[in-house]
Formats: sequence, structure tokens, C-alpha cells
Amino acid sequence: MLEAIAFYGLAALILGFGVMVITARSAVHSVVFLVLNFLAVAVVYVVLGAEFLAVIQVLVYAGGIVVLYLFVVMLVNQKRTPEAHHDPHRKTGLGIMLASAVLAEVTAIVVYTASAPSASPIPVSSPVVGGNTEQVGWLLYTDYLIAFEVASMLLLAAMVGAILFARRMD
Amino acid sequence: MTAIGFSRGDLYYLLPELIVCTGALLLLLADVALSQQRQARAAWVAILSLGAAATLLAVMSASETTIARGTFAVDGFAIFFKLLFVMSAAVTVLLSHRYLTIEGGRPGEYYFLVLCATAGMMIMASGIDLIVLFIGLETMAVCFYILAGFLKPNRRSNEAAVKYFLLGAFSLALLLYGMSLLYGLTGSTALRAIATALASGSSGRLLAVAVMLLVAGLGFKIAAAPFHMWAPDVYEGAPTPITAFLSVGSKAAAFAMLLRIFFEGLPAFHLDGLGSVFGQPLGWASFFYVLSVLSMTIGNLAALTQTNVKRMLAYSSIAQAGYMLIGIVAGTPRGVSAALLYLVVYAFMQLGAFGVIVLMRREGVAGDELRDLAGLSSRQPAIGIAMLLFMLSLGGIPPTAGFMGKVWLFASAIEAGYFGLAVIAVLNSALSLYYYVRVVVYVWVRREEPGTPPIVLSRAMIVALAFAAAGTLALGVYPRILFELAQASAASLGRAEPMLGWLR
Repeated sequence: MLEAIAFYGLAALILGFGVMVITARSAVHSVVFLVLNFLAVAVVYVVLGAEFLAVIQVLVYAGGIVVLYLFVVMLVNQKRTPEAHHDPHRKTGLGIMLASAVLAEVTAIVVYTASAPSASPIPVSSPVVGGNTEQVGWLLYTDYLIAFEVASMLLLAAMVGAILFARRMD
Repeated sequence: MTAIGFSRGDLYYLLPELIVCTGALLLLLADVALSQQRQARAAWVAILSLGAAATLLAVMSASETTIARGTFAVDGFAIFFKLLFVMSAAVTVLLSHRYLTIEGGRPGEYYFLVLCATAGMMIMASGIDLIVLFIGLETMAVCFYILAGFLKPNRRSNEAAVKYFLLGAFSLALLLYGMSLLYGLTGSTALRAIATALASGSSGRLLAVAVMLLVAGLGFKIAAAPFHMWAPDVYEGAPTPITAFLSVGSKAAAFAMLLRIFFEGLPAFHLDGLGSVFGQPLGWASFFYVLSVLSMTIGNLAALTQTNVKRMLAYSSIAQAGYMLIGIVAGTPRGVSAALLYLVVYAFMQLGAFGVIVLMRREGVAGDELRDLAGLSSRQPAIGIAMLLFMLSLGGIPPTAGFMGKVWLFASAIEAGYFGLAVIAVLNSALSLYYYVRVVVYVWVRREEPGTPPIVLSRAMIVALAFAAAGTLALGVYPRILFELAQASAASLGRAEPMLGWLR
């Protein structure tokens, strides 16, 4: 019951964001709705108990690919002059503060992990079929090995195509 | 504990695909390593790797086994289709050689994409798992999207690529949705497991939706009406050798996937409680019945008024897909083998017809309009005869292969009780003669316009056209070998078992 409510709620969200992606007037807005759409899909994966897929969905799609989209949209969509992008109300101080806070945090993590004694030894042999990640990995290297290997040819062909079309622009 | 990865036996049976992929990778290297003058050698790399793959396929033609944990079948059916793909790819390479020099494309990248598409098709013929089939289809489709837009400054080529990409992505989404529903209903992506799961349970409404989505997605790939809208524009805009490969290879690969999914995965599907149509229970064959009739009629009617030969052949190929679907509708072993036979026949005549159009492309002449063919017979009588042969075969006139193919198809429909379908097909065949004969009239009767540049034959073109013409004629006069091969291949569908012998 609870699962059904979660599913239908998320499905409505996904559909709603999907519609907004194609109806948003500004390309940047549409990409942002796409991120929200992907995040909602990630939550569906969590509900289904596929945590690994959810993490991958967030990292690769919401994190990587859509950010790339945003870059492209912002770089290509230069209707105004570069000067117009200078916001007079820009809060430079706040930006520097946030950036240094992130930097400090990352440094703290690195220092902490490096200095911490490696008390718990890593288990030598992990169980064959254990958690979510292992299961996905196991399937990829057994049942779907051919599909997994052919996907590399597919990606290579797509890459060649992308370069081919990009080279044409100059 | 089950083993991870491939066993030695798996690798042996994957060798044809591996060789084609290796050839493709070598071509990418060749694109960088070879100097500008030696770029022509790229075609040799492509031809040699295709030849090696064909030889291996012939060697393993008697095998009947499944590998890679039951996701990949190496049976007569798969090898039949793979040989067809390798042959069409080789003819495409031969046709492309001079065309590329005129258009100024980079041979390395071009042949790389052709070989990658071939590898994708080969996976599609062997896959007996939805995910493997889908990845194969996607590999082929991505290569064709790029190849359709390969010509640089050509606006039509770019339009073809964009149109094909957008509509192709949409159709793949439909197909994938159908597959995911099928997985959700049965809990497996393996076609055999799906068949077992569905045999015990009842066919619900959701399954009907899944089947409809699969029919729509695959209908797009075989360019059957009403999912044919993309074909004329893409066929017209793509480089002509690619149009030939697209109309033959892509269609055959989609047919292979269709046969695998519906005959191995959904053999017993029918809609309960919705009555029957024409005395047959309503099942997926009913969908293909509609697709077949629409494709034949719409394709032939639209082809009547075309003046661009590539566009005309596009509509003709939609109609041809309709004829092939007759064998699927019949659903009998004879029907399936007739469809397989017709796919080979179609490959020969279609590659040949497009080959002649490639030949008409010269410096300053696009060569794909009907009037460009005027006076061809007085300039190159041999090419004129070949074109006559291809057109008669497409129209289904004896003694060509097209006639034999159609006889088997229509006979299989009558045998299976689809008398109406056979009548519609015969009427459509008669209708199609008009536009095929019109091409012949242009080639043989019309006078050429003065001042057009001469038609120059290259060795590669002669080999390709002679091969296509010989196939079209030989299969019409002596179709027995191919018919037996097609029957054996159709019979092997769904029979392959995992290996137990020495290789494991």
C-alpha cells in the first residue's frame, strides 16, 4: 500500500517534470526540470530497492550528463552580449565564502582519512552475491556479458559520430 | 559456482562478430595511420574482414547451440541472416568506393560505421534475450543515424540524419517500453523463459499493450506502414550506398529480431475474449496482417507518382516489407521460410537497383532523378540489362528471383488460410508493375539529354552489380538451394540448446 502510494506519487512527479521539460520556454529551465525528472526516477529506484542504480542515476545522469547539457545550453545560447551577463547585484563575497567552505571541507576529509589508522582490514573475499552493487556487477559479467561488451562498440560508434558532426562546424 | 565471462566455446562462436569488430577498429586506426593517397586501402580492410567473417560463418553453418548463458543463439537461422548482412555490407563497401571519392568523405570513418552497423545486425540475428537484441539494434541504429548524415555540405543529408535520429529514438523508446512491460509480466528478459512464463499464465490486457508497442517499434525499423513516414525522406537524403544498406541490412536485421521475439518469445500470444478475425484467433498475427495490407497498398500507391528514383525505391521497399510480412502472418514454417527467402531475393535486387543509381552519380550530376536514367541503355547496354533485370525482379516477373520469392510467399498465405491477403498482394504486385516498368522505359526508350557527362564504370562497381544481377537471375532460374537453406534456417528457430560437448 505504502509502496503503491510512493510509486504513483513519484510517477505523477516524473510525468509532470517531463511535460515541463518540453513546455518550458527557456532551455535552461527545461534542463533544470530534466534534472528534477532524473532525481525522481532515482527515488523510484530506491523504492524498488535498487540503491546502486539510484546512485548511478544521480551521479551519471543528474550529475554528469545534465550538467554537460547546461554547459552546452549556456555556451550556445548567447543571445546577449558577454557584458550583459555581469550581474550588478552579484554577491562576490558570498561566493568566495561558500567556495572556501567547500574547499576547507574537502581538505578536512582528505586530512582526516589520510591520518586515520587503517584499523579495520578490508575483508579479503567478498561474498559472491551480496548487496545491490555486487548483484548488478554479477549480472553484467555473466548473463549480460555480450550486451555489456557490445555496448562499448555502440559508445565508440556514437563517439565517432559526435566528433564527425562537431568537426563539420568549423 | 557459475563461471564469469566467456568460455573458450563462447569465444569460438563469437568469432565472426569479433572479426567484424576488429576490422572496424583497424579502420579507425587506418584513418589516422594511412596517408591521404593510401586512404583507398581502407576499403580493402573492410572487404577482407567481411570475407573472413563470411568464411567462418560458412564453417560453423551446421552449429546449433546457445552460448553466453543462453542469451545468444548460434543456429541456422542466425547464420543465414549473418551471411546476408555480411554480403550486403560487402556490396555496400564496393558501391561506396568511388561515391566517397566524388563526395569527399573520409573512408576510414565511413567503413568503420558500416562494419559497426554490421556487427550490430549480427547481434540482432543471434540474440535470444531482450537486452542483447536491444543493444544490437541500438548499435546498428546509431551507426545508421551517423551514416545518413555523412555527406558534409549536403542539406538533404543532414535533414535525413536528424529526421531519422529523432523518429528512430522515438520508436526505440516504444520498443523499450514494450520490452520492459514484457519483463515486468514475466520476470525475465530471456525469450525462452518469457515463452514458458506466458504459456502457463493467461494473456492479460497489459500483455496486449506490450505486444502492440513491440509491433510498433519493430514496424518502424522494417519501414512498414503506418510507421513508414521516415523512410522516403531518409532514403532520399542519405548517401546512396547507405540507402542501399539501410533498406536491405536494417530491414533484414529488424525482421530477424521480429521473428526471434514473436516466434521464440511469444509463440502462444492471443487475445482472449475478443473474438476472431477472418476465422483466426486474434493474436499478433492480426497486427501484422493490418501492417502488411497497409504497407503494400500505401507503398505502391505512393510510389506511382514519384519522380525521384531513390524516393520511389523507398516507397517500393515499404511495399516489399508488406510482402515479407505475409510470411510472418501465415506463421507456418513454410511462411517463415518464404519470408527468409524473400529477404535474400530482395537484398540482391534492391542492392542492384541502388547500385545503378550510385553509378549515375557523377561530378556535377546527382543522378537520382528518373530523367537522369534516360538513354542509359545506349551508353552502357550491360548496365541497362542489369537494371531491367532488377526492375522486373522487384515487380515479380519470371524468370527473376522476385517472381519465385513472391510465389512462395503468396502460396504460404493461401496454405495458411489467408486467401484475402494473397489476393490483395497479387493486386498490389500488378499495381507496382507500373512504376517499375516506367524506370525500364526511361532506361531503354527515352533519349538522353545532350551534354550530360559520361558514365564511368569502376572495377568495384562492376563486381558489385554483376554479383547482384547474377544473384537475381540465378535465384529465379534455380531457387532450390536457397529454398532448402531457408527452410532449414526457419526450422532451426527456437531449437538451439546450450552446448554440452567438448568445448565447455
